[in-house]
Amino acid sequence: MKIPEEELLAPGHRGCAGCGATIGVRLALKALGRNTVAISATGCLEVITTPFPETAWEIPWIHVAFENAGAVASGVERAMKAKGMEDTNIVAFGGDGGTADIGFQSLSGAMERGHNLIYICYDNEAYMNTGIQRSGSTPYGASTTTSPVGKKSFGEDKPKKNLPLIMAAHGIPYVATASISYPEDFMRKVKKASEIDGASYIHLNQPCTTGWGYESSKTIELGRLAVETGTWMLYEVVNGEFKLTYKPQVKRPVKEYLSAQKRFKHLNDEEVETIQEYVNQQCKAVGI
Amino acid sequence: MVKKVITSNEAVAEAVKLAKPDVIPVYPITPQTTISEYLAQYVADGDIDSEYIRVESEHSALSAAIGASGAGVRVFTATSSQGLMLMHEIVFAAAGMRVPIVLADANRAISAPINIWNDHQDSISQRDAGWIQLYVENAQEALDSILQAYKIAENEEVLLPTMVCLDGFYLTHTVEPTEIPNQEQVDQFLPKYHGKYSFLDPKQPTSLGTLADPQYYMEIRYQIEKSMENSIDVIKEVGKEFKSVFGREYGLIEAYKCENADVVLVAMGSICTTLRYTVDQYREKGEKIGLLKIRAYRPFPVDEINEALKNAKKVAVLDKNISFGVGGAVYNDIKAKIDVEAYGFIVGLGGRDINPEDIGDIIEKTKNPVKDITWVGLKEE
Repeated sequence: MKIPEEELLAPGHRGCAGCGATIGVRLALKALGRNTVAISATGCLEVITTPFPETAWEIPWIHVAFENAGAVASGVERAMKAKGMEDTNIVAFGGDGGTADIGFQSLSGAMERGHNLIYICYDNEAYMNTGIQRSGSTPYGASTTTSPVGKKSFGEDKPKKNLPLIMAAHGIPYVATASISYPEDFMRKVKKASEIDGASYIHLNQPCTTGWGYESSKTIELGRLAVETGTWMLYEVVNGEFKLTYKPQVKRPVKEYLSAQKRFKHLNDEEVETIQEYVNQQCKAVGI
Repeated sequence: MVKKVITSNEAVAEAVKLAKPDVIPVYPITPQTTISEYLAQYVADGDIDSEYIRVESEHSALSAAIGASGAGVRVFTATSSQGLMLMHEIVFAAAGMRVPIVLADANRAISAPINIWNDHQDSISQRDAGWIQLYVENAQEALDSILQAYKIAENEEVLLPTMVCLDGFYLTHTVEPTEIPNQEQVDQFLPKYHGKYSFLDPKQPTSLGTLADPQYYMEIRYQIEKSMENSIDVIKEVGKEFKSVFGREYGLIEAYKCENADVVLVAMGSICTTLRYTVDQYREKGEKIGLLKIRAYRPFPVDEINEALKNAKKVAVLDKNISFGVGGAVYNDIKAKIDVEAYGFIVGLGGRDINPEDIGDIIEKTKNPVKDITWVGLKEE
């Protein structure tokens, strides 16, 4: 795959060095091209890309609030239809908090109504914009500022909410998971979503140097480790048909992924084993 | 022009049909529901060519409205009470983002206790959001005000969302003879909307709804204040232009027999019909009572109210809302901005009936005041 050189998210934004979210947006926009309108939920992405009077967006962009990206995108999509501009791609970006938690109802409505748009959840597994608080997408064992490790706590005590399958249950034509560390796979999925008439949902795993606690040069490496250990899986659900799009040749131990991050550093061998068993079970169910 | 005997909700829907919005995101709630039903039927029958979005909440209704208006098309939505409360955060966003949305609010009390009947607490609670608010008295004014609301909101000197407030049940579910203007007249008065600031155009990419830090935020808020000031003249001009096409004129206020009045009753909405009747009764007895109907609550027409009340000896302000401890909102605005001896009366909360006898009581309590704020019609006091 030839990746376009043109950047539709300009450099110079306020993202952290090693920010995974902006890598994801750059790749998505390379797949979609200029004839695109973007919608953002409140969050890191919105804050770092649009400090008035500057903007990093080279395409039209709108943000209204934290919990309503799905609804705002619905309105944009119908307005473009009314203007005879149906060929314009409509893409909404929400973080995991803005998608799995506070924006869940708005997203569900937009998906269920079948608007012709793409919703991309950039999942960094906690509320990073407000300083690493636990979201419904925070994984088991992660220490965040609101699920901290302590004398009576090993961190988050629930596995992450399975957003992609919940979206698939809406009966929409296209659902996919992706990782910024597998750019061709991700871009192919974004392109595919843009060619489908109806609602598409892509759940993008994107490591966060600040929230996960690793060197800023290791973002892509962490994303790869998530997939190669089976902690994150790459698949699509096309018209209800589930298909893996990548299968690790050799599944690496989860410990390699966990021990590379500060948020999991506190876990003892028994807790790591619990996570390994959970990952094994999840992988087995889909043939990894 | 045809005349129909219809509810104010149907009058609103007829006006929306004539205004031809491109996108209608709406969610049902008593007593607004029939507006969303009429509009759905118009779309189903092909009577209007609007994109109707059956959103899953009022919060999403207004969010989708901002998205659509941000893309430069005409938008309508409607709600009431709890629905407006759920929208609240986005009500502010709409004004800050300067999208000329028109919203009809079927005025209804706020929970708890849950109550579906009329008062003004819902829209009054959005007072400081930066929306223009027009309160209407009957079905004709409801219809006419929707058409005017677009003309006001879309004016480049204004560009603020506008809320048309109509009393739940008293208006929304009561039929009255109403003139429906013909489409040609409406097209002449309200041409198709072309948002000059069509932000979401890939050929001219712009960012809408950005972060503004302390260096910029205050100026952006001040621009809303200036536009609200501008809207005073725009509302008057639109009223005159409307009269030239349709023969009916509405301004910021309506002063009825205020010139030499000893007591002027000040109120908003459907109650003004009862008040006008009471004023006439008193006038027949030789008592100098007047009525000041406030139609535009935001912007608050200070100069016009001052002029109307300049000879009034005393003023009774009837509020269908309460700011606990300080009385109603209109009363407080009058006290803050108008140099007149004013008394506040809390009336009709949650649909409590208010009749000419109550108004007589209010007039007596204004002539011989014992306290500044009185709750009217309580079972025990």
